[in-house]
Amino acid sequence: MTDPLRPAQDAPLIRTAALTKKYPRVTALDQLTMTVDRGVIGLVGANGAGKSTLIKILLGLVEPTSGTAEVLGLDAATQGPDLRRLVGYMPEHECLPPDVSATEYVVHLARMSGLPPTAARERTADTLRHVGLYEERYRPIGGYSTGMRQRVKLAQALVHDPRLVFLDEPTNGLDPVGRDEMLALIRRVGADFGISVLVASHLLGELERTCDHVVIIDGGRLLRSSAIGAYTGRTEVLAVEVTDEPDGLVALLDQAGLSARRAGKLVEVRLNGHDEAYDTVRDAVARLGVGLVRLEQQRHRIEEVFTDGTP
Amino acid sequence: MAPRDTGVIHDIGYRNYDGARLGRSYLVRSLFVQSLRGAYGLGRPARSKVMPALLLAAITFPALIIVVVTMVTGSQELPLAYTDYVPYTFYIVAVFLAAQAPQLISHDLRFRTVPLYFSRPINAADYVIAKYGALAAALFALMAMPLLVMYVGAMLTELPFWAQTRGVAKGLTGAVLFAVLLAGLGAVIASATPRRGFGVAAIIAVIMVSYTVVSAVQGISVETDHVKVATLADLFSPFNLANAVQLWIFDIEVNPLFDEVPTADGGQGLLFVAMYLACVAGSVAFLLMRYRKASAR
Repeated sequence: MTDPLRPAQDAPLIRTAALTKKYPRVTALDQLTMTVDRGVIGLVGANGAGKSTLIKILLGLVEPTSGTAEVLGLDAATQGPDLRRLVGYMPEHECLPPDVSATEYVVHLARMSGLPPTAARERTADTLRHVGLYEERYRPIGGYSTGMRQRVKLAQALVHDPRLVFLDEPTNGLDPVGRDEMLALIRRVGADFGISVLVASHLLGELERTCDHVVIIDGGRLLRSSAIGAYTGRTEVLAVEVTDEPDGLVALLDQAGLSARRAGKLVEVRLNGHDEAYDTVRDAVARLGVGLVRLEQQRHRIEEVFTDGTP
Repeated sequence: MAPRDTGVIHDIGYRNYDGARLGRSYLVRSLFVQSLRGAYGLGRPARSKVMPALLLAAITFPALIIVVVTMVTGSQELPLAYTDYVPYTFYIVAVFLAAQAPQLISHDLRFRTVPLYFSRPINAADYVIAKYGALAAALFALMAMPLLVMYVGAMLTELPFWAQTRGVAKGLTGAVLFAVLLAGLGAVIASATPRRGFGVAAIIAVIMVSYTVVSAVQGISVETDHVKVATLADLFSPFNLANAVQLWIFDIEVNPLFDEVPTADGGQGLLFVAMYLACVAGSVAFLLMRYRKASAR
């Protein structure tokens, strides 16, 4: 038996086997089997795909109907309290009382994670600073902006220095700038703090920028679980953008024996393995005397998993 | 590792925590202390302290008067028994319960902070123990304060030591009886509604309506010589029930809530104790069920 506070280092971050959760009227998770390792993990799915249910099971708060879930080598169903010492959780919804200050509240929650009083105060000061809350941390939370509240929610999930933190839709309600800051913060948590992150989101673009590994669930089933590179690898299509209407260029490239087609303002050229296509495109653009705005190999996007299933 | 800008003090990089992580009893204690402090507005904005402070002053003031009167008259005993004090001031206790039970219990539901607790190592039972305990302790502190003032006053006027000590011990035991029963009632009602206003109104209503109805029934019963009905009516109001148990345990003849209602005899007393325990157990069971459900959401 391993010491619950020092789980085997080689245990995978999360491992589920045939994990199923049925509610009276809906199957939230259906035979979900996956293994993911340390890093920043994206959990993608439409609203209602089963993301929050999965997180609750991984926290040991919801009992699965069948199947097993392990987090950091601990069984979620039977070792919940031990497991919850080592993980943090940032809920999707508002969860902060307005009448206390961020410092006061996070200190309290640090103690509720088992930190002795002095350590709780020190870790709170450090953590609030790391998430970017300074003087305002002494004011009641009721007066905070959405961005500041999200930071407090993140801080309470990190204050006890967990091994893994579950973030449920952390960019909800944020404006574009706040969203970028939150994503940068999540990257830092994974890269600089050395804390693994499972971030649930329905926004694919965000996860493409943030995660090392993406798990996609749909209707409670696993659609795919792969490293980010596998989703965003290069395609065999070259995208060309010029300063003029692209029809002339398409005609020229066709003459040169390339398979080219117009896609909106772009011209898409199939590479089919020969790199001389670049030269052909360059020469064609020069002959037309137009400006070349963009010439790049297109990348796959996570969305394609949903549109045609084969990125 | 990225090079650090030595001129910026606040960016010292992330430090891991290798220190102690204490067990569940520490967590329950921390939640208990935080909730108990919260019941008196400590650690919260100044306006949260006003209500509990006023009520504490209100319930203690008569005790001060009792002490002063005893000193001035040179009497050899206090004009009021310790066990009578809480029944006489019960409306202050009721207001405190109505104001603070929602603060301790509904607050976490209303602002949806409950999931933050249950994503930590505590479980529903730990949470219920800490919150119920804190509410009972807050009520007890409110009722114990005037009793202790009376006792200290009695000692200063050199009233008989043992008689006074026995008296205050009975009074404090009675305060525990009131605190435990009422905290359960308040916690159950507060946990059923996230809205503070509803909680306050519902608690006041349950206590006052049940007391009024029971008093009316007792009045009619006494008038019509059905004293047994009058005694048993105490089963149906929380304050009357705790008071009846206190009277029976200490074999007190005169009922401070209604002097013409006789104290329970042996069999009735056991019935009162059974009802009391059933109410407390029922409150705990309800709260456990309520928070087991909340923790899985």
